[in-house]
Amino acid sequence: MAPILQLRGVKAFYGALEALHGIDVAVEDGGMTVLLGANGAGKTTTLRAVCGMVRSEGDIVFAGERLQRRSTEAIAALGIAHVPEGRGTFVGLTVEENLRLGAYTRAGKPHDAMARMYGYFPLLADRRRQQAGALSGGEQQMLAIARALMMAPRLLVLDEPSFGLAPRVVEAIFAIIERIRREQRVSVLLVEQNAGLALELADNAYLIETGYVVASGSAKALADDPQIRRSYLGY
Amino acid sequence: MHLFLQQVCSGLASGAIYASLALALVMIYRATDLINFAQGEMAMFSTYIAWMLVNAAVPFWAAFVLTLIVSFIGGMVIERIVIRPVENAPVLAAVVVTIGLLLIFNALAGWLFTYTLQEFPSPFPDRPLLGALLTTRDLGVIAVTLVMLALLFVFFRFTATGLAMRAAAQNPASARLCGIRVGRMLAIGWGLAAAIGATAGIMVAPILFLDPNMMGGVLLYAFTGALLGGITSPVGAVVGGLIVGVTENLVGTYLIASQLKLTIALVLIIVVLVFRPNGLFGTAMVRRV
Repeated sequence: MAPILQLRGVKAFYGALEALHGIDVAVEDGGMTVLLGANGAGKTTTLRAVCGMVRSEGDIVFAGERLQRRSTEAIAALGIAHVPEGRGTFVGLTVEENLRLGAYTRAGKPHDAMARMYGYFPLLADRRRQQAGALSGGEQQMLAIARALMMAPRLLVLDEPSFGLAPRVVEAIFAIIERIRREQRVSVLLVEQNAGLALELADNAYLIETGYVVASGSAKALADDPQIRRSYLGY
Repeated sequence: MHLFLQQVCSGLASGAIYASLALALVMIYRATDLINFAQGEMAMFSTYIAWMLVNAAVPFWAAFVLTLIVSFIGGMVIERIVIRPVENAPVLAAVVVTIGLLLIFNALAGWLFTYTLQEFPSPFPDRPLLGALLTTRDLGVIAVTLVMLALLFVFFRFTATGLAMRAAAQNPASARLCGIRVGRMLAIGWGLAAAIGATAGIMVAPILFLDPNMMGGVLLYAFTGALLGGITSPVGAVVGGLIVGVTENLVGTYLIASQLKLTIALVLIIVVLVFRPNGLFGTAMVRRV
């Protein structure tokens, strides 16, 4: 299977500061790739480079298209839906308006897609007229994922979906991500602190430290690596 | 009692004009965190365009619509050429740019059209209504404002572009991730604000007479209205504008000489800032540091 997203020798910059020093990452078509690493290692920066939110060098290729020099909004229109750190919901808009915005790049009425999202996330259906800011953290994360899926993306980019959520909610969210991945055939690039859970679900994993990829391989292989187990899984 | 009601009604008419301009200010503020000090002078310039068209024997309402279209395009062009370069500059730089625009439009109008007061036709006849409580002209001004507000409400509430503009104003980074071209939304916002301002200018010109300084006082009242309503709230801008209009008229009638009316705006600004800085409908600004 050819990768749907391929990063080759990617460097990323915040101003003059180089945050990524030439990394290679791939996401298989229909697969799920997880980026692991400590805070400040460059995981979020990698996602931002993909979506054109930071300046980058090297090759970032999505479904045959080079992404560099494209604007964030143009990259989104190509079929990459990014759920950013901190969820990025429009807190002053209603749940339904958030979902409508997700479908902004798609022609036609989004009713079918919206009904499907309410099927995945029944909680959101009950609150469709409420402001997104009134939702709990877990509900906002669900809304953020649902909004991203409204785009009918080929690649879903998730930045720490478990952040600040209770373990039970995290499990529920990952169960839905799994189901959506199967049913909608969407590839996933995930950044996650909960390494145990992430390695269980993902196909491939990359370990990033201080802007370099220091280990990569199948998720299973990384989960079995004694050093990674000690540092990131705690057993 | 009759005098009181009369003053309330004519206050609502001028309040409707302030409300329109206040709404334009709030739209720009929500989208860019910027008070556009040139909003009044842009409206004045638009009014001159309408005046030229009317003088060229274009029917009034055709001139009105044409002026709104020209103002919309002009507002978008100003955003592209003048505001975009200072988009990421400190807010003070952007504010100074809008003050520069104010001076440019004022001087340009003086140069092109002279500083002489010009008579501007009203589309509404000036006849008393309801036992002279209000005039048909007041009613016309209020009606035009209400129609404009209704159209804006429908646009922002029910159209994809309107929703995208609200999203872009609220969270530009997320809006981009949804595929929304935030820059274009800002330009449309400036265009809309310019068109709303033009409506205010055309409605007020028959009362104040047209000259390059016509909108100075109106902008101050509009700013007071926006602040009173809560600078982030469109509904607040409208309510605030109406309250300012009525207050101005009542205080000018009963308490102080009408030459001092403009002071009321300044006093109201201070009162709002001291006692209720978020205004009537505004939300408190919370910033994490």
